[in-house]
Amino acid sequence: MHELANSVTLTVNDISVTVAAGTTVAAAMLIAGVSTRRSVIGEPRGPLCGMGICFECRATIDGVPHQKSCQILCADGMMVRTL
Amino acid sequence: MSESWDVVVVGAGIVGAACALECASRGMRTAVIEGRGIGSGATAAGMGHIVVMDDSPAQLALTHYSQTLWQELSKSLPADVEYERCGTLWVACDEEEMQEVRHKSAVYAAAGVATEILDGQMLAEAEPHLRKPLAGALLVPSDAVLYPPCAAGYLMREALRLGAQLFTRKVHSAKAGVVRLDDGTELRATRIVIASGADACDLIPELPIRKRKGHLVITDRYPGFVRHQLVELGYLKSAHSVTSDSVAFNVQPRKTGQILIGSSRQFGAETPEVNDRILASMVERAQWYIPEIGGLSAIRIWTGFRAATPDKLPLIGPWPEDESLFLAAGHEGLGITTSLGTARLLVDHMMGTKTRIPIEPYMPVRFARSVADA
Amino acid sequence: MTEQFDILVVGAGPAGIAAAVSAAGARKRVGLVDDNPDAGGQIWRGRATQSAAARHWIARLDGSSVTRLQGCRVFDAPAKGTLRAECGGDRRELSYGKLILATGARERFLPFPGWTLPNVMGAGGLDAIVRSGLPVAGKRVVVAGTGPLLLAVAAHLAGRGAKILAICEQAPLRQLIHFGAHLIREPAKVLQGIEYGWATRGARFQTGCWPVEAHGSDKLETVILEQNRKQWEERCDYLACGFHLVPNLELPVLLGCSLESGFVATDDVMRTSVANVFCAGEPTGIGGVELALIEGEIAGLAAAGRTHEAEKLAESRKQRLGFVCALKHATVLDPRLKTIAKDSTLVCRCEDVSFGKLREHANWRDAKLQTRCGMGSCQGRVCGAAAEFLFGWDAAQIHSSIRPPVFPVPVSNLGATGKLNCQDDGPAMAGTSQSKEVE
Repeated sequence: MHELANSVTLTVNDISVTVAAGTTVAAAMLIAGVSTRRSVIGEPRGPLCGMGICFECRATIDGVPHQKSCQILCADGMMVRTL
Repeated sequence: MSESWDVVVVGAGIVGAACALECASRGMRTAVIEGRGIGSGATAAGMGHIVVMDDSPAQLALTHYSQTLWQELSKSLPADVEYERCGTLWVACDEEEMQEVRHKSAVYAAAGVATEILDGQMLAEAEPHLRKPLAGALLVPSDAVLYPPCAAGYLMREALRLGAQLFTRKVHSAKAGVVRLDDGTELRATRIVIASGADACDLIPELPIRKRKGHLVITDRYPGFVRHQLVELGYLKSAHSVTSDSVAFNVQPRKTGQILIGSSRQFGAETPEVNDRILASMVERAQWYIPEIGGLSAIRIWTGFRAATPDKLPLIGPWPEDESLFLAAGHEGLGITTSLGTARLLVDHMMGTKTRIPIEPYMPVRFARSVADA
Repeated sequence: MTEQFDILVVGAGPAGIAAAVSAAGARKRVGLVDDNPDAGGQIWRGRATQSAAARHWIARLDGSSVTRLQGCRVFDAPAKGTLRAECGGDRRELSYGKLILATGARERFLPFPGWTLPNVMGAGGLDAIVRSGLPVAGKRVVVAGTGPLLLAVAAHLAGRGAKILAICEQAPLRQLIHFGAHLIREPAKVLQGIEYGWATRGARFQTGCWPVEAHGSDKLETVILEQNRKQWEERCDYLACGFHLVPNLELPVLLGCSLESGFVATDDVMRTSVANVFCAGEPTGIGGVELALIEGEIAGLAAAGRTHEAEKLAESRKQRLGFVCALKHATVLDPRLKTIAKDSTLVCRCEDVSFGKLREHANWRDAKLQTRCGMGSCQGRVCGAAAEFLFGWDAAQIHSSIRPPVFPVPVSNLGATGKLNCQDDGPAMAGTSQSKEVE
C-alpha cells in the first residue's frame, strides 16, 4: 500500500476537514479540535493509547457508533461525529 | 473458638444478603458467611430482572409479593444499584401468542398486577428496533431492572449496620446447630440458613437442586436502543422444559445504555466455558426479534449457574432432616426478583409471624418424602 | 469460512514481521494477522519516518508470500488450532499448524487529576497519533513517565517541529546511571542515545519528576510537574505521558501459555508451554526492537522446522537478554506515584470509576463486581495495570479479566455459525436446541 500525495476530505461534527491520505480518523478529529467521545459522566475525551486498546478514540463513523478511530483511515466523504 | 448466634446465614448472594438484613432488622444476632465475595455467584451472573412470572400460581404469588417489596425499597436504593422501572414487554409473534397475551393479562389482573395489551402498531412505537410486523405484546409496567452485585452489596451493608457480622471464609459443614468454617472456627446457632444457591448441595447433598447453565452477552452503550425488558412468550416454554437445552429471546437495557442479551438453559453442563452452539442459537434468536442487534458491539460473554428445583419453586423454610437448618435456595432465574420476598417469608415463618402469602408451596418438606424414599 | 495456514503469526510489529518473513518460503503457507490498517505495530507505525531497519523488514514482508490480514482483530480461540478474527465486521476462522504470538505491549498509564482531558495521551500514544497524521509543528509538548521510550518519542516529535518543553523521567538519576552503565556495552544503543539527546537538546530533562495535575476546560491547557516536592506549571498543547510498557497477554493466557514473572515463558527457540504455540517480542519480556526482531526470526525459523538455524540465532538472543533486565530495573516506579491520584481521580475511564471508590475494595474481583471497573470496552487493559500498581492487587486475577471476545466484536459474529440466515418464516421453536449433541 503506497501513501499517495492525495488528500482526503471528510466531515467531522459538520466541520469539513481535509487531511493527507493515510491519516487516521482520530488524527482528523484532533485536527478538527473535537473530542472523540463523551464519557459516562459526560467528560469530553480524546485518544489516549493510539493503538486500539484504550477505547477512548471511539467515535461514530458513517452512522455506526463505537468505531475505534485510531485504527481507521479517513476516506473521502466520511461523516464522523463525537460519540 | 465457639460463638453463639440466633442465626447464621450461609452465602451472601442476593438471597443470603436479603435474609441477613431481614434477620438483623428483627433483632436477631446474625452472622453471614461468604467465602468468595458479596453477590459473586449467580447474583453476579444474572440479568438483574425484577419480573412477575406466572408459570404457576405459587410463582406468581411470590414474584408479585417480592416485586412490591422492591418497589417499596427502591426509594432507599443508592445510585449504583441502578434500579429502573422500565417494565417488561412479553412479545407475541402471531395471533396464537396474542391469545396467550390476553390470557396472561387476565391472570395478572386477577392477582392484582396491572398490565396493558399492545397491538402491533403500539408495540412498534414502544420499541422501534423490534422486527415488524409482530402481533403485539403484554406490557407489565411495574417490572424493573437493577444491577445485582450492588443490590446485594447494599442489602449486606444495611445488615452490617444493624449489627450483623460477616465472616469471609468458606463453610466446611453446617448441621445440628454448628457451622464449621474452613479455618476451624465453629459458630453455634439456633438457626442456620443455607442460602448458597447452586452450591447448597455441597452442604446438604440430598437437596433436589440442579445447576442450570445460562449464557449472557453484554454490549457497549446504545442509549435508547431498547427501552423495556423484552421477553418472548416462548420464554416460558424454555424455562418450563426440564430436559433439553434451550434458548429464548430475552433482552434487557441497562441504565447505562448497555444491552444484555440472553437467554439459555442447559442441564448437565456444569463447567463455565462458553458453549459456541448455544451462543450462536441465542444470538440468532435475538437477531430474529431485533435485526439490528447483530451490528451492536459485544463486549463480554459469560455463563452462570441457576439453582433449579424440580417444580420451579424455591426452597424456603425448615429442612425436615435437621431442626437447625433452613433453606433459602433454588430460585432458578428468579433469585433477584424473589430475594426480598424469600427473606420476609422465611423470617416470618421462623418467628411464628403470619406470612403475607402462604409459605407452604415453597417449604422444603415437599421434597422430604421423595428424598427419604431415594 | 475457515482459512488454513501452516504458520499463523498474530501481530505485525517488528517481532511478527520478522517471524512471518522467516517462516515464509518452501511451501509453507504463512499468514500474518494485525488489527491496524498497515504493518509496523507501534514503533514502526506510519511510513513517513521509518527507520532503515523498518524499511528493510517491511520491504521483505511486502516481497514475501505471506498472506496479509490487516485490519483483522483476533477475538477468540474456540478450538485447538483455530483462532477467530473479526475483519471489517465479518468473522473469519483461521486454522493453523503452528502459531506465533507477537502481540507486543501497551503503555502503562497512571492516573492523576486531569489525566482524562483530551490531549493528554500516552508517550507512545501521541507518537502513534502523530505517525497517523497529526501535525505537531509548533506545538508545545511535555513528555513524561518513564523509560527510554520517552527520549525516542521526544526526539521524533522534535524532528516534526514540536517544541519539547520538558522530558520528565520519574526514575531518580542513580537508577538511570545504572541503566547507562549497561547501555555502554551496546554501541548501537549509545549512538542512538546520543542522537536522541541531540534531537531534544532544547528540552529540560528532569529525573525524579512526574506530572501531578493537568488542567484545562475541555482540553489540556497546563500541566503541573513535581520534582523533589517542588512544583511548576507548563502551558502546553500535549502531554505525552506513559509509564513504560506492559505485555499484551490476553491471547497467550487464553491459549493456556504459562507465565513467568508476568511474561510468557518460552524456551530458547521461543516455544511456549503450549504445543505448536510460539511467542516472540515484548510479551516474553520488554526488550525493545532489536530483541523483538531476533525473537521473531527465531520463532519463524523454529515454526518452519528450520530448528538448526533457529538454535544458532538463539545464541545471539541470549546476549541481548541482559537488556530486558536492565530495562526492568531502569523503569522501577517510585512509590510516590501511588499518591498522585486523588479520591475523585478516575481510574477506570470506560466506566468512570474513581480512585476513592476503588480503594473501598480488597481485590480486583470485588472491585470489578461492585464498581464495574474493568467491565467496560477495554476490559481492564488501562485500569488493570494502574490498579496493580496502585493497590498491589493480584496480577493473575487482572490478566484473566480479559476473556473472549478479547476485543469487542459485532454481536452477529458470536457463536458457532458464520453469517446468519434470516428466518423469515418465524423463529425456531423455543423449546429445542439447534443441535441435539450433549456437551
